[in-house]
Amino acid sequence: MKFKHESIEINAGLLIALTLIVVSIGGLVEIVPLFFINETVEQVKKADGTDAIRPYSPLESYGRDIYVREGCFLCHSQMIRPFRDEHLRYGHYSLAAESQYDHPFQWGSKRTGPDLARVGRKYSNEWHTQHLLKPRSVMPDSIMPNYPWLMKNTLDYSDVVARMKAQKTVGVPYSETDEEYDLNVKRFGKDIADRLDINYAENILLKQAEQGNYDGDKTRLTEMDALVAYLQVLGTMVDFKGYKEGYFSEFR
Amino acid sequence: MAHVSASSEQYNYEIIRKFAIMSLVWGVIGMSVGVYIALELAFPALNFDIPEITFGRLRPVHTTLVIFGFGGSALFATSYYIVQRTCQVRLFSNGLATFTFWGWQIIIVSGALSYMLGYSQGREYAEFEWPIDLLILVVWVAYLVVYIQAIRQRTQPHIYVANWFFIAFILVTAILHVFNNLAIPVSLFSMKSYGAFSGVQDAMTQWWYGHNAVGFFLTAAFLGMMYYFVPKQAGRPVYSYRLSIIHFWALVFLYMWAGAHHLHWTALPDWTSTLAASFSIMLLLPSWGGMINGIMTLSGAWDKLRSDPIMLFMIASLSFYGMSTFEGPLMSLKSVNALSHYTDWTIGHVHSGALGWVAMITFGSMYHMIPRLYATKVYSIRLIYTHFWLATIGIVLYITSMWIAGIGQGLFLRAFDDYGNLKYSFIETVVFLHQPYVWRAIGGMFFVAGIVIMTYNIYRTISQGKREAAEIEAKIAARMARA
Repeated sequence: MKFKHESIEINAGLLIALTLIVVSIGGLVEIVPLFFINETVEQVKKADGTDAIRPYSPLESYGRDIYVREGCFLCHSQMIRPFRDEHLRYGHYSLAAESQYDHPFQWGSKRTGPDLARVGRKYSNEWHTQHLLKPRSVMPDSIMPNYPWLMKNTLDYSDVVARMKAQKTVGVPYSETDEEYDLNVKRFGKDIADRLDINYAENILLKQAEQGNYDGDKTRLTEMDALVAYLQVLGTMVDFKGYKEGYFSEFR
Repeated sequence: MAHVSASSEQYNYEIIRKFAIMSLVWGVIGMSVGVYIALELAFPALNFDIPEITFGRLRPVHTTLVIFGFGGSALFATSYYIVQRTCQVRLFSNGLATFTFWGWQIIIVSGALSYMLGYSQGREYAEFEWPIDLLILVVWVAYLVVYIQAIRQRTQPHIYVANWFFIAFILVTAILHVFNNLAIPVSLFSMKSYGAFSGVQDAMTQWWYGHNAVGFFLTAAFLGMMYYFVPKQAGRPVYSYRLSIIHFWALVFLYMWAGAHHLHWTALPDWTSTLAASFSIMLLLPSWGGMINGIMTLSGAWDKLRSDPIMLFMIASLSFYGMSTFEGPLMSLKSVNALSHYTDWTIGHVHSGALGWVAMITFGSMYHMIPRLYATKVYSIRLIYTHFWLATIGIVLYITSMWIAGIGQGLFLRAFDDYGNLKYSFIETVVFLHQPYVWRAIGGMFFVAGIVIMTYNIYRTISQGKREAAEIEAKIAARMARA
């Protein structure tokens, strides 16, 4: 029997079914394996065998949520590519592991401003605060908006537990039970495991803000504290000096 | 009385009128917001230290209003028009069709307001937070039901080619929307949610969505529009039926592979981005298949370009479609992408598609369709010409300034001095961007001026249509009275 395309053109059910099959293949082939091929996200360990990449602390996580809220990713990428100019400008190219706890990823698609994947610890807290309040006071030609409200708004951390639990549901290893805590101790070491415990989320957040004093104002906990805490941790978790050159290229 | 006559019409035109008008409203607002954020980049003082209107929050307002408000409403309008006329059947449910209208408008308004208030998923073109995402799903299923029901009840045995594209668009948009927006809300009463995926898998899912939002929402669906209105306006049959079959299946198959070209040189594995680049190159063929099929439909009637400004819009749109679907595969080559990615070249490319192709084919189709919805002639042909030239000049200014900005910045960022050091600091490239940004905003203003003129022209057309209808009714009433 000779096939005629007309048989599809007169049969709505067939047209729909064939369309669904044809459009599904590309996504299935390209997306599904990424969840199952182990090398997709490389293992990055510290010298003592613990994981180099850790989930964000509660304060950093709030900072990240503010980063998303303000749409920072529309002008700043967080994905350094393996090119010489990017290496000189920003540092080692980004690893898949470095954004493994990022819900959502914030790699970005546009650099109206510079990449921020390794901005952590490159500038002081004072610089960041001043820069976010009035970018042109430290960078005269900048076209970034001023963000004065970050300093005015006190950080509303009332839903810190709910936010950590929601992230835990999507796979971020914050701990709730003793078993989960013990696993985190093994995986990240005790110091870090202590900061990932949902049961003490509020204390952990307040302590970090107190010790870090990110916005320079000890009397108040502001959104600026959270955002600067987040910016200061970006790209700082992997110590690249500990690895042989070319080690990470094996995973690409 | 009017209501009775409306529901007893052969086709449900009322729903189409509603969507067509809102398409223009969202077009004017959304494109004006675009001009405003373009000016914010050139003159940052325009952010005015007001959180709701800073660039980062307004940018998704712009993209949402033009893609889903303007483009989406135009697609609802034209797809309802086309499906009724090519299937020769009235939409089966007035209520469900009306629901898609109000649902969609609520989505657009609440989306735009929520971004300004700081609620965003942080995913490009999928910024809607979870409650709005759920509403989108409900409205979209209603749309699917209304559309498929019309196809099923068709009195013609044959499903016209425009409908294939609309069916693919509706199905794929549903799939993309569901998988890209899987998320866990912080609580039932919180707008904030965290996406189901993270890092590299999240990036791949997002750009599978993002690229196919372009491929199906902004391409396949508008090809459906093209396949009806170009032959109608030209008064000629589609150039090649065989070509439309081949390029339909090739297009819907190949597009779904291409998303990862947005992630070249990132932490996404090389195999995925190489695969995506290969399919992006292949995608040139079905894209040009559609362009050729559209343009060649005019063969034998080329003189219409001299006398018919609506045809000008359609042919210009197909030309831009051909141009941007050539530029796209070019930019998906890894070596080109190394330069173009992260720069304004991408923004220029998007707009040569969005303004040149999507908006121009919409304008042409609307100029054809709206007078017919009101049983009248368009108010002013001269104003259509004015609109055409304003739009074309606007696009050219926009694209060329973005080529300069993007290629320029890309070259500056990778320049080294004689000692192998970086030649320019990042901020020097930002200074360079200022002039192209000003020109881009001017281009945008031309384009907005065009759609404002169109809105006026359509407003006068509709008033004229209503007046004529009233006159006819008065005449009939007078005759009835005499009898």
